[in-house]
Amino acid sequence: AMEKSRPLWDNPVQFVFACISYAVGLGNVWRFPYLCQMYGGGGFLIPYFIMLIAEGMPLLYLELAVGQRMRQGSIGAWKIISPYLCGVGIASVVVSFFLSMYYNVINAWAFWYLFHSFQDPLPWATCPLNSNHTGYEEECEKTSSTQYFWYRQTLNISPSLEASGSMQWEQVLCLTLAWLVVYLCILRGTESTGKVVYVTASLPYCVLIIYLIRGLTLHGAVNGLVYMFTPKLEQLSNPKTWISAATQIFFSLGLGFGSLIAFASYNEPSNNCQRHAIIVSLINSATSIFASVVTFSIYGFKATFNYESCVNNVILLLMNTFDLEEGSLTADNLNEMKDYLTATHPQEYAQLVPQLKNCSLEAELDTAVQGTGLAFIVYSEAIKNMEVPQLYSVLYFFMLLMLGIGSMLGNTAAILTPLTDSRVIAARFPKEVISGVVCLINCVIGLIFTMEAGNYWFDIFNDYAATLSLLLIVLVETIAVCYIYGLRRFEKDLHTMIGRKPNWYWKIMWAFVSPLLIVSLFIFYLTDYILTGTLQYQAWDATQGQLVTKDYPGYALAVIGLLVAASTMCIPLGALVTFIRKRLKRETVSTV
Amino acid sequence: VLLLTLPVVAIAHAELCKPDAQNAFKVRLSIKTALGDNAYAWDANEEYLFKAMVAFAMRRYSSKSTTQISNVLLCNVTDRVSFWFVVTDSSENVTTVPGTEVEAAIRMNRNRINSAFLLSDKTLQFLKITSTLSPPVEPSTPVWLIVFGVVLCLIVAGIIFLIVTGIQQHKKKNKESTEREKLEEKGEVTVTVENGIPCETLDLKAGHFNGVFAADDERFTSL
Repeated sequence: AMEKSRPLWDNPVQFVFACISYAVGLGNVWRFPYLCQMYGGGGFLIPYFIMLIAEGMPLLYLELAVGQRMRQGSIGAWKIISPYLCGVGIASVVVSFFLSMYYNVINAWAFWYLFHSFQDPLPWATCPLNSNHTGYEEECEKTSSTQYFWYRQTLNISPSLEASGSMQWEQVLCLTLAWLVVYLCILRGTESTGKVVYVTASLPYCVLIIYLIRGLTLHGAVNGLVYMFTPKLEQLSNPKTWISAATQIFFSLGLGFGSLIAFASYNEPSNNCQRHAIIVSLINSATSIFASVVTFSIYGFKATFNYESCVNNVILLLMNTFDLEEGSLTADNLNEMKDYLTATHPQEYAQLVPQLKNCSLEAELDTAVQGTGLAFIVYSEAIKNMEVPQLYSVLYFFMLLMLGIGSMLGNTAAILTPLTDSRVIAARFPKEVISGVVCLINCVIGLIFTMEAGNYWFDIFNDYAATLSLLLIVLVETIAVCYIYGLRRFEKDLHTMIGRKPNWYWKIMWAFVSPLLIVSLFIFYLTDYILTGTLQYQAWDATQGQLVTKDYPGYALAVIGLLVAASTMCIPLGALVTFIRKRLKRETVSTV
Repeated sequence: VLLLTLPVVAIAHAELCKPDAQNAFKVRLSIKTALGDNAYAWDANEEYLFKAMVAFAMRRYSSKSTTQISNVLLCNVTDRVSFWFVVTDSSENVTTVPGTEVEAAIRMNRNRINSAFLLSDKTLQFLKITSTLSPPVEPSTPVWLIVFGVVLCLIVAGIIFLIVTGIQQHKKKNKESTEREKLEEKGEVTVTVENGIPCETLDLKAGHFNGVFAADDERFTSL
């Protein structure tokens, strides 16, 4: 009887686009600019590129080659390499499962902001009025309207993790929609995914180009660019710089989740994955740099706008207190006038001093933000001050959606490919049903993140679900391929597939450099976690209108431990179970 | 007598209208901010207009219609353009109208006063008199729900379409495969399979030809 053929990508371009769509995600937009700012501006590019060559490209090539050679999802592929390594594949699936649970919430938030962009004025541009219409809402007065919109109207965040609160029906709707969109894209497997990635891979670049043009022409953009990109080379001596560069390359490429193996398994066996690995990793890094140029010009605009507003407020305050003529105080003569007023009206000026803020452009530029804060607060604040803000808002959040959905496609592929490969499940249910069940389970569990304390749980998952486990998984992968499967055997396989053997660069990186780097990263993070003692999180205090640090309660720490253990324990457990099985089989054979 | 009353009146004015006097209000105008190049200068005529507007507001509010322009006293005009004013309640200019009445009158007629000076609530400020902020226009159905509904319908339609075509394709494939099986049993159709991939797909997908496996011009080894 004829064997059911494995679905394939229509052409290699779809595969490259799928990898780009998966790797280029929100991290390129909201993590890399922050790292650049913190660790030496333009100088950060040096460790970044060194790490790209030392660990990014080799590990990416390794995963793609494994997937393409074994033509199975992560569980099947590692089983073929060695039966004791089935735990690695399972750990990848578990981590992907955790990731898809919380990652789609970001898409839900992007949908929420996107739908709210069709209003004039934008809802986060002004504070809402209080109940008797004499002023603005108190919480909104203390903080800014964009922060209020994010913390109160989007998340409706509770003051701490313990106060769970109720589910926000608006967020539930957006989350359901996000999962329906993901289901639509993965419904037919590579057939549908292959078409969707054309859009999810290319559209973000169109938007980034539009934003680049808009960003560079904004007033004050140059301030941001100059400030951020001037290299502060002394940061190169800070070990955290190198660790952050290595971590960023590692997680930005999405290694260890099994998505890359899954995508590569749908390739023709003779596909040139070496060339594709180099292309994808270079494009990923280039996109990060491109996105930071856009982000820094937006920062510059926002900082200049805030600085000028601050100066104008000081001018207004001085004018009103001393009844000076309008127009007599400008930004240029402000300092001289301040000295003059101190001399002529010392007492009133002294009374006024606590209210007079020292406006500083550097201080505004120095506010470094990353993550959801950057994407949803800083950017929306900059957008509301642009002309035709609705257009830019729609474009921006649509781009966030494309980036997020592109990464989700990879995550779900990592979960679904092993499921559809396994004959047990695939024989009984068609892939539409399996995809539907996976999406449904993820959606239901994801409802946790729509509660009032949901954002705190989101931070837990974001910080701990994938970090340590992935390092361990990729370390085991590299060691397995180089030393258990054998580097020579792997070389021969690559020669069979693409027609030439990997040269000494790849072999040295696989065998020595990358594992060493991962081990040092692993040790660093472990010691960091152990040394900091109790883990803490940022909670939103509505009475003050800002974030405060709190300790995690006991059960949250237990959940963190479970998250890490659930995936890392799979590796030794898998080996143990296989060992026991083999032992039992041998015994039953020998007794017969 | 006139000579004597004038200073008395002036002193009375000074008594009633001074900064932080009882029932006095401070007004602040930001003409240049509001009008830019079209800004007018603040002079005695503008002050006259202001007194007229306040008198108008008092008349409209209390309908006693006894307030005269001369009942409104202005003082301490600065370059900022800010000044204090107070409303007296009789021709003797001895007592002042209670602040609450003045406040209510101004609030009721704020729009008219603003438009007389081509200014707004922000640029013509009556300190201590809070203005009622206008709430933003809210449509009956929030806009975001409408957009959400549209997108949701499109996505659900897409899913249903794909599922239905998938089921149809599945049925067609089942029919084809049962026919093929019957033919295979008869031994008429041989499908060469290499590595789990039927060879036709390799041909159709224009796969890379790997020279390692080529042997004597023959494309694929026969099974």
